[in-house]
Amino acid sequence: MEESHTLVLMVEDHPGVLNRVVSLMRRRSFNIDSITVGHSEQPGISRMTIQLRGEPNDIEQAGKQLYKLLEVVKVVDLTSEEALIRELVMVKVAAKGAVRAEVVQTASIYGARVLDATPNSLMIEMAGREDEIESFLAMMRVYGIREMVRSGKVALSRVVAPKRGHVDRITETTFAVAD
Amino acid sequence: MVVAESRSRAGEMPAHTAAKAEPEILTGAQIVCRSLEEEGVDTVFGYPGGAVIPLYDALPPANLHHVLTRFEQWAGMAAIGYARVTGKVGVCIATSGPGATNLVTSLAEAMLDSVPLVAITGQVMQPLIGRDGFQEVDITGISLPVTKHNYLVRRPEDLAPTLKEAFYLARSGRPGPILVDIPKDVFIATAPWSYPETTGRKSYQPNLVPNMRQVRLAADLIKEAKRPLIMAGHGIILSNAEEPFKDFVEKSGIPVIFTLLGLGALDEHHPLSLGMMGMHGHRAANRALDECDLLINFGARFDDRATGSLSGFAPNAKVIHVDIDPAEIGKNVPTDVPVVGDAGEALKLMTAEIEQREYPQWRHWIEGQHNRVLRAALEDRPDWPEPYAIIKTIADVTDGETILTTDVGQHQMWAAQRFGIRHGKRWVTSGGLGTMGFGLPSAIGAKMGQPDMEVWTVVGDGGFQMSGTELATAVQEGLDINIALINNGYLGMVRQWQDLFHARNYSEVAISGPDFVKLAEAYGATGIRVTKDSEIRPAIEKARSIKGPVLIDFVVEPEANVYPMVAPGAANSSMILDPHSATETEEK
Repeated sequence: MEESHTLVLMVEDHPGVLNRVVSLMRRRSFNIDSITVGHSEQPGISRMTIQLRGEPNDIEQAGKQLYKLLEVVKVVDLTSEEALIRELVMVKVAAKGAVRAEVVQTASIYGARVLDATPNSLMIEMAGREDEIESFLAMMRVYGIREMVRSGKVALSRVVAPKRGHVDRITETTFAVAD
Repeated sequence: MVVAESRSRAGEMPAHTAAKAEPEILTGAQIVCRSLEEEGVDTVFGYPGGAVIPLYDALPPANLHHVLTRFEQWAGMAAIGYARVTGKVGVCIATSGPGATNLVTSLAEAMLDSVPLVAITGQVMQPLIGRDGFQEVDITGISLPVTKHNYLVRRPEDLAPTLKEAFYLARSGRPGPILVDIPKDVFIATAPWSYPETTGRKSYQPNLVPNMRQVRLAADLIKEAKRPLIMAGHGIILSNAEEPFKDFVEKSGIPVIFTLLGLGALDEHHPLSLGMMGMHGHRAANRALDECDLLINFGARFDDRATGSLSGFAPNAKVIHVDIDPAEIGKNVPTDVPVVGDAGEALKLMTAEIEQREYPQWRHWIEGQHNRVLRAALEDRPDWPEPYAIIKTIADVTDGETILTTDVGQHQMWAAQRFGIRHGKRWVTSGGLGTMGFGLPSAIGAKMGQPDMEVWTVVGDGGFQMSGTELATAVQEGLDINIALINNGYLGMVRQWQDLFHARNYSEVAISGPDFVKLAEAYGATGIRVTKDSEIRPAIEKARSIKGPVLIDFVVEPEANVYPMVAPGAANSSMILDPHSATETEEK
């Protein structure tokens, strides 16, 4: 059965690394839903968060194939770990006259923040879980979304240092992973 | 002012140099040559061109023998042939643009067959990169999916560390091709020479020694099994583990089947050898797969030509998979006990954990599965030289001690079935990629790598016409290479598929060719034509006695097929046997 998984990659911060990762995913027909890249806590190491769908075997293959890329230092599947996964969305919502106050009030229910305003619209940002964002967007659609951008997901394990090595599915009972 | 300043600097220099013994300043091109020497490279295969002229400028004084092929793709395949028989890293050189793209097939070949290869390509000057300069292609982008890793080197001081890492990556872990793309201005610019003593990255740590726990789990499965079977792959040969493999086989008493590239892991004449498995495998090998209750795969990746339909593959067997690449575990075939590590290390540990055994009943059953009936003599058949007889005679005359390379097609399967490969690193064939034209250039590389060994290549008339120009290279280098051309006037393997699966619709498979004997002579090689069975042996013996390349044009029956054959997508158990066999020893 297809599942959605969150893979976190620690990669060396070299030119072309994103290309290598994405090219590999394309070549082996893995479905990426979202991918985000940014600095990590270690200098010279970037952190990629990849949201992908597939059968459990495909996800395991994706993790192992990614790990073979020279620049990939670590691959962790956060899906089965206790992890917090968040996304940021920015929307421009049609809001003029009396509706304005209603939009602001609805946004506040979600802890969203008004960033900017024009006579006809409001720009609102919201960060949260996927279900919260979907719910928020459903409400905003009532007023009319003029423009929208989503950041793609980022994730952090709640464990202080997630274990090193391949995707978590591959445990030391099946593989000898160099520690 | 300026003059005075530079004069005072110049005045300081000698004192500084004397104090620190300044390193030698070399051009990028010289650094590349020195780095190759540091890596123990003695032979490189290549083709010059605009972007690599500075590199070729530095070649003559270097201690490197350059083999000028007639096409970059064949330089790559020659480097692969060299690597396959020596176990060393093969090196090939091409210029930017078309030179580099011509190497792509060679990179893919090395990628799919895990061959250690370093390809050096020239690139346009850095200011022209990204501006569609003359002979510019993005070869690092193009070669991404067909290299283990690749580099674009931007500074001359990065050349030595990059090449050090490139050779390390090519030969370590699961070997593979590394491409190093070097802009022309980097060849020309200078940098201080020093070669790093160590290399390696935190992110690259091949798993060499398997987990003992997995080894014990594997030993437990072996102990329980009643009908175990070993599948021998290329990994055994890549890790120089023929000896530990033989020890394991003889202690375990388990029969062995081979993948196409695994041939040579154990002498095929060994009593426990069942020969090749898969699409054109031996009947007993494929029947044993069907019947076994445990399959132990050493260093093979369960390629579809070996496994046939996965749903019908070893249906009754538990699976132990030994592989250095964890991504191969479970990729195609579900695995009960994975053992991740170097084949040689795994074999030594596993041999110690198992008991000395024999499986008389199991082996007796397998013995009954051989397709013993020879092809019936067809009364009205003209006296063509029989392909199997050609293969067997080469094996017989050389006592199987020659290096044998092949092209791709029917002749390749005939050779794989009947030569009886005796040693690792003597059998060189294009497995994963199935590159036509591979035979002659790989033989050239093999002869350069093992000049004291006899080298034969078996080719078809289709593949030979792709790379036959390399006869010029073989003549120029004065190489004693014997070419057995199995000439049936068809692209035989495609014709066979059309025969069996496409209602004999022989679409575009009839292929004409030159007079191959005259062609050989035109190149300055020797040509011999054979049209009768009785001429096979004398021609082969004659070829061995002649210096320089010899081509024997064996004009064979046009429509002979390779049997047994498993239809594409079918299970290995459903073999098509030779319809011309007099009787079949079909089971049940």
